[in-house]
Formats: sequence, C-alpha cells, structure tokens
Amino acid sequence: MSFILDYYNYWVVVFLMMTGFYIVISANNLVKKIAGLNIFQTSVFMLYISMGKVTGGTAPIVVEGVELYSNPLPHVLILTAIVVGVATTSVGLALIIRIKRAYGTVEENEFKNSDDAI
Amino acid sequence: MAVLIDLVLLSMLALTALRIIFLKDLFAVVMLFGIYSFLSALIFINLDAVDVAFTEAAVGAGISTVLMLSTLALTGRKEKESKHSSILPFLVVTVTGAALIYGTIDMPPFGDANNPIHQHVAPRYIEQSPVEVGLPNMVTSVLASYRGFDTLGETVVVFAAMIGVLTLLSVRRKEDDEAPDSGLKSHRVLHVVAKIIIPFVILFALYVQFHGDYGPGGGFQAGVIAAAAIILYALVFGLPMALRVISPKFLQILAPLGVLLYASVGIYSMFMGGNFLDYNKLAHDPVHGQHYGIIIIELGVGITVFAVMLSIFYAFASQAERRNVS
Amino acid sequence: MLEQHLAALPILLPLIAAPIVLLVGRSSLAWMVATLVSGFATIAAWQLLITCLASGSLSYAVGGWMAPWGIELRIDAANAFVLLAVTAISTLVLIYSKDSVAKEIESDKHLLFYTAHMLCLAGLSGILVTGDAFNLFVFLEISSLATYTLVSLASDRRCLTAAFRYLVMGTIGATFILIGVGMLYMKTGTLNMLDLSVRINLYESSRTINTGLAFVMVGVGIKLALFPLHMWLPPAYTHAPSAVTAFLASTATKVAVYVMIRFIFTIFGADHVFNDMGMDLILMVLAVVAIFKCSYMATVQNNVKTVLAFSSVAQIGYMVLGIALVSAAGLMAGLIHIFNHALMKGALFMAVGAVFYRVGSVNLQDFRGLGKHMPWTMAGFTLAGLSIIGVPLTVGFISKWYLVSAALDQGNWLVAVLVLLGSLLAVVYIGRILEAAYFQKLPEGTDPEQVKEVPYLMLVPMWILVIANLYFGIDTSLTTDAASAAAQWLFENSQTSVPQVMEMKP
Repeated sequence: MSFILDYYNYWVVVFLMMTGFYIVISANNLVKKIAGLNIFQTSVFMLYISMGKVTGGTAPIVVEGVELYSNPLPHVLILTAIVVGVATTSVGLALIIRIKRAYGTVEENEFKNSDDAI
Repeated sequence: MAVLIDLVLLSMLALTALRIIFLKDLFAVVMLFGIYSFLSALIFINLDAVDVAFTEAAVGAGISTVLMLSTLALTGRKEKESKHSSILPFLVVTVTGAALIYGTIDMPPFGDANNPIHQHVAPRYIEQSPVEVGLPNMVTSVLASYRGFDTLGETVVVFAAMIGVLTLLSVRRKEDDEAPDSGLKSHRVLHVVAKIIIPFVILFALYVQFHGDYGPGGGFQAGVIAAAAIILYALVFGLPMALRVISPKFLQILAPLGVLLYASVGIYSMFMGGNFLDYNKLAHDPVHGQHYGIIIIELGVGITVFAVMLSIFYAFASQAERRNVS
Repeated sequence: MLEQHLAALPILLPLIAAPIVLLVGRSSLAWMVATLVSGFATIAAWQLLITCLASGSLSYAVGGWMAPWGIELRIDAANAFVLLAVTAISTLVLIYSKDSVAKEIESDKHLLFYTAHMLCLAGLSGILVTGDAFNLFVFLEISSLATYTLVSLASDRRCLTAAFRYLVMGTIGATFILIGVGMLYMKTGTLNMLDLSVRINLYESSRTINTGLAFVMVGVGIKLALFPLHMWLPPAYTHAPSAVTAFLASTATKVAVYVMIRFIFTIFGADHVFNDMGMDLILMVLAVVAIFKCSYMATVQNNVKTVLAFSSVAQIGYMVLGIALVSAAGLMAGLIHIFNHALMKGALFMAVGAVFYRVGSVNLQDFRGLGKHMPWTMAGFTLAGLSIIGVPLTVGFISKWYLVSAALDQGNWLVAVLVLLGSLLAVVYIGRILEAAYFQKLPEGTDPEQVKEVPYLMLVPMWILVIANLYFGIDTSLTTDAASAAAQWLFENSQTSVPQVMEMKP
C-alpha cells in the first residue's frame, strides 16, 4: 500500500504526459496538435511540482511559527517553463493562421505535396 | 485529506485528457484544454505551489485558451478524420510511457521530507533567503535573485515570442477602422460593467506587481493581468478602440525597453564591481541592494510581459477583424 | 572590467543587442549594430579560447551566487572552441545578410530578422556556456523560438509548414530534455552540471537516472537531427531564407552535438554512458546509418538546398561517430569536425544563396552554366564541395583523417572503411551540381546579363570561409591544438578523477 501511496502521483502524471504526447503525434488538426503539446508540457510541470511537495509542509512563503515548507526551487523552474510554453504556443498558433491562409487547410492529411507535409 | 483531493483532481485530469483525444469538435477541445489547465492549477495549489497555480491559471486557462479560440475563428472548428493509422503513435507513446514508469520505480517517495531534493541546495533557499535576500516569498527570492539569469532568459523568451508572432501576423490599423461594430458594442450593461471592472483589474495588476515579494505574484503575473484588462476593453468596445488607447507601435517600443531595464540592472552591478545581476552591489547594505534589484527587474518583467501579451493579442485579433471585413 | 566578465560577454552582447536592434528603427543601422555586436562576441570567444587553452577552465557566478545555488557559467577549451565557430560564422553570415536579406525578405521585416538573429545567437552562446542544466533549457528555447521565426521569414509558403514541423518536433525535444533533467534533479537535488556529475556518481546504478539519461539523449537527438529524428531538418533548411540556412546549418546542430558531449562526458561520465549503458553501440549504428541513408538521399534530390541539408544530417553522423568511438582521439575528431563542418556548410550555403540572389531558384537545372557566369561563386562552391568530399589540403580531409585514424587506433577497420565509402557518396552529390555548373550551358531564354556575380558584401564573407577551408586544411595547428586539448580535458574530467563534493554550507 505504501508503495502505491509513494508513487501513485507520478504514475498518473506519466499517464497524463503520454496522453498529451499521443495527441501531439496522432492529431490530424494542427490546432489540436498545439493543444496536445500544451497538455504534454503541463503534465511535465506536474511532475516537477510533485517532487517539490513535502507532506505536511506549506507554501514556501515565510509565516510565523511554520517550520516545514515545500521546496521552492521546482516552483521557480516551472514558472519559467510555463512562460516558455505560452511563448511557443503563440508562435505555433500564429504559424497555423498563416498556413491556413497559404494552403486553405490545417488538416495534416490535406497537404497534397509531400514536400509540404507537416 | 490532501491525498483524497489530489486523487480526485488527478482522475478528473485524466478524464479530461482522454476525452480530448477522441473529440473532433475543436471548440470543445479548446474548452476542455482550459479546464485541464484550471484543474492543474488546483493541483498546484494542493501541492503548495501557489505562484505556479496563479501563473498556470492566468496563462494556460487565460492567454493560451484565448489565443487558441481566436485561431479557431479563422481555421474552422472541426477536425477531419485522419487516414493515418494510429498504431505507430500508440506504439511510440507506449514505449515512452513504459520507460517513464520504469524510471519512477526508483524515485524518492512522493512527499518525503528526506528526499535528496529537500536535502541539497533547497535548504539554503528556505533557511537563508529571508536573511540574505530579505523577502518572505522564497519563490520570488530564488526566481529574481539566485536564479535571476533564468528569469532574464524567460523575459527574453517572451520577447522572442513577440518577434515571432509579429513576423507572422502583422497588425493592420487602417482596415480595422472600417470594421463593422462588434456585437458587444451595443450592450450598454456590458459597457458600464466593463468600465467599472477595468480600473480594478489594473489596480489588481499593480498590487500583484509590487506585492510579489510578500505573497504569490510578481512581474509576470502582473503583466498578464494588466494585458487582460486591455483585452477585456478590446472585447467590449471593439479592437479599433483599444488600438487607439494603446497603439501597437507603442507596445513594440515598450517590450524591448522592459528587457533592457532588466539587463541594465545587471550592467549596473557590473560597473559597481560585482558580477552580472549581483544585486548586493546596488546599495551599501546588501539586503537593500537585493530589494532594489528585485523591484526593478520585476518591473522590467512586468513591462515586457504586458507589452508582449497585448501585442500578441492584437496580432491575433486583427486577423479575425480583417476576415470580417472581407 | 571586461577581463573579469569575459565569460558572460558572448551571451550578454547579443542578448542586450536584440532589443536595441528592434529599437533602432532603420534596417541598415540594425544591420550595422548586429554585425558589430556579433564581431565583438567573436573577439570575446577568441579571448576565451586562448584563456582556456592556457589555464583549463573558467567559471562565472551569475548574480554573485556560488554554484550550486546560483547559476554558473563554465567555460573550457571544448565549448570555447565551438563558441568561436558559432560567433565567427554569425558575424560572417550577418555581413552576407545585408544584400541577401534585402532581396529575400520584405523590407518591413528586416528589423525583426536582425532581432531574431541576435536572439538566436544569444541562445546558442547561452547553451554552450552555461553550467546549469535548467538554464540550458531556457537558452535552448530562446534559440529555438528565434529559429522558428527565422525559418518562417522566407517568401515561399512552404517555409510555414517547415517551421511548424520544426516547432512541434523541437518542442517535443525540449520537453524530453525537461523530463530528463527533472529526473536527474529528483535524484540529486541539484541542477549545476558539475555538482550533478558528482552526485550521480553516488549511485551505483539508478533506474531514475538512467531513464533521465535516455530522455535527455532523445531530446538532444531531436535537436541535433540524429537519424532517425532528423525529419524536421531537410524542409527547414530548404525553405528558410538563404542567410538563415547558412547560419543554422553551420551552428544550430553543432551546438546540439556539443550539448550531447557535455551531457555524456561532464554529467553522466563516459564510463557510465558507454560501458554500463552500451550507448556507444546505439550511437555508432545510428551514425553509420545516417551517413549512408542521408548521403544517398542527398544524391537523388533536385533542390540543391535539400541536397546540402541531407548532407548535413550525414555529416552530423560523422560527428556522432567520433563521440561513439569512446576515445580521446575519436572525441577530438568529432570536435574538429564540428568546427570544420561549420566552415564547409557555411561556405556552401552562402554560395547557394548567391545563386538564389541572381537566378531566383536553386534547383539543379538552375545551376547550368553558372561556372562561366558566376565564376567566383561557383569556384567557392567547388572548393567547399571538395572539402565536404574530403580532398587533401581541405579541412574535410583533416576531419576524415582524424576520424579514420581514431577508428584504426581501436582496430575498428569496419568503421574506417565505412567513413571512406561515405565520402564516395559525397563525390556523387557534389559532382552532380558541379557537372551542371561547368559542363552545361545556361538554359535558353535566360538573359546572360542578369546572371552575373553577386555584390562584394556577399562574396567576401563566402570567400573568407572558403579560404578558411583551405587554410585550416593546411595549417591545422589551431584546430588540432584546441580540439585535442578539449578532448583531453573532457576525458580526464569525465569522472575518472572525482572532483570534490561541493560543500553543503553556504
């Protein structure tokens, strides 16, 4: 039982990551690919935040009388990673709008020429 | 109790993610993605990462969702059937997932205070940062001071995103002037409510900007919230009005200035004899120096993020308006 | 003051120049600022290389916080060597860009182009110089975002799908690296590379760390276009603007190769990666397949940029092969090839860009008759092409020489023979282009007046690289000294002598 309690969080997070990853590589629509990419990344963020948790600890903001804090470093890393993620998302979506205008489609299987394939 | 909440949230996340795989209606996909983002923000709160939750809610459920919706408005909301077989992706994902599960078996147990990451490096942040840096919020201390270089990089990433979006989508004002009134323009109630709310949102942004040292928040979140206030204005009063209030040209000057403000703190500390971004050298008392440094760089971050998020919104929204005209 | 901050300059100069370039407002001024800054970064990189060859390694604590609490920049002969190649190529490409960009990119986007170029350079320098695993991810994303932007600046619509594919694969790669670094962090509690290497050593073998290694390797593999994860590269290089291709082809993948070297040798330790995990065999097989499959692909393409793009994937195979030989000699061959290949591909893509400048497309049939009408461009192309093949007196020969002798040192006859056979395929794909240029006539209906030599600002940087191809093919003292010092250093510091465990007390 303790084995499961120790790891259930990571296992669910791995499942979420793989769901996102699957959407990225299998989706036919480019917008859905980007949504998948976001789910993939958000799940990786959960992996980091999970490792920073200390049972019984509180948020890492100094409060009188509290001794046990969760680890602030993963939080900092993930703050940065979230920002990086939204930056990539916005550039990806802008590309999709241009692709739609240039080709008239954003469905992967509708690019005729293999040269244009995504 | 925390475990129970965690489990419930995680299973909701899993259901949301699974549903997205099979949905062909992209509008629903984006909405579910927004929900996914919100749920993960709740998980982050449950795991004590309040700053991260704040940002995830503002960015994932806010900005990303808005951008995806404006893209859908231009590309259509149905995904077509794929002729590709889904066996290969499934195989790739299974192998990757199996590798990850294999890796978890050896991981330090979840939540144990004796894990290596709680024993090495982090203790100094927890014990010393209130003294060395002088801020109660350790996340801000680490973000802005110990790992200030990462945060400079992060600001530059945001700036790079603006460069990318502006390269791809240009904001055109002239055509917008002839755009028909947006549907919301005739809603008097909305106008009044928006006029009341927007100043408070901006006030809140300022609070988040300067209160980040004490509670969750900081330049990034503040910039996003301030941009959201103008976005709300644009939605209610129409994009042309918003473009008149804050012009895209102005934003394109503001964004690089924010980055330069951040970097100038580093340069100044170099002239004062320290290393790049060494805030200790900014004042006689190192803790004061830290404080000045953090306030200025957070301001730089806030300015850049505000300008970039709003520029990106303008670029996306003006595409939609342009289509309405034609 | 500059002396003290030398380590930080190659990142800071372009990083600060990027927003300034956007603000200056005029295209010609932006070009000047960007070129000058890139030139200063090159000088800084040169100084760094000299310092590192003399005294080992340099460390710079950003923010004044000691590692592992703060972020450390760490420079040794290996990354200073690659940094010099990257900054020098960037400067030459920028000089070349002025005319090329004016022709290929709309005038209202020139400022964005130069800003993106500066961001890309800052990102690449950051990746090379940083000593912190997470900071590496941040700089990786700066350079990647700038790269997607640069690729999508071309006027051909196919650049859009190419950039999108690059974006999706690049982000998957970066996320894999993030997962891998997370696993290392989880087990060790630190992100500093040196500290990581010490603390990884505390574990005899850990599934989490091995999985982390695998994820980092796959992620870096995507970024460096390791076969079969190279699918993003040919379309991106084919459809990007000429100046962008010349820059990316000679820097971006090389930086990723260096990241692989850094992770293998500095963090995980060669012994662990190669002996315990058997990674050398995997890398060697992939490298050999890449050399043959992609050299073959290069021989059947019609677009010359695609030919050279596939050739790049094949050449990356040679670099990885050098790493996979697991010897100081092999590593040295890999490092030399990083530098030399930057010279060759830079010159080749500049020449192809010059053809595009005059002819407007770069298919094989468009090269007909150019030997006569664009003599300098095609002469440069020929010399750099001979270098790719590995003809003596060129840098290509030096690379192959060290690679083959490193393989023979280990008695690995098969690899040595395969390297030489790979060169034969290069003869075919370069030969096809030269045949069209020198033995065929200009297609009928083309105005010979139109097809003439390109402006000096394009020819000069191209020829500087061509001459460098010959110079470093004859006088190899700089490259071999730097590369062998770097390889020795990496091998010696690769866990054979365990550095001191960092003190716990602040």
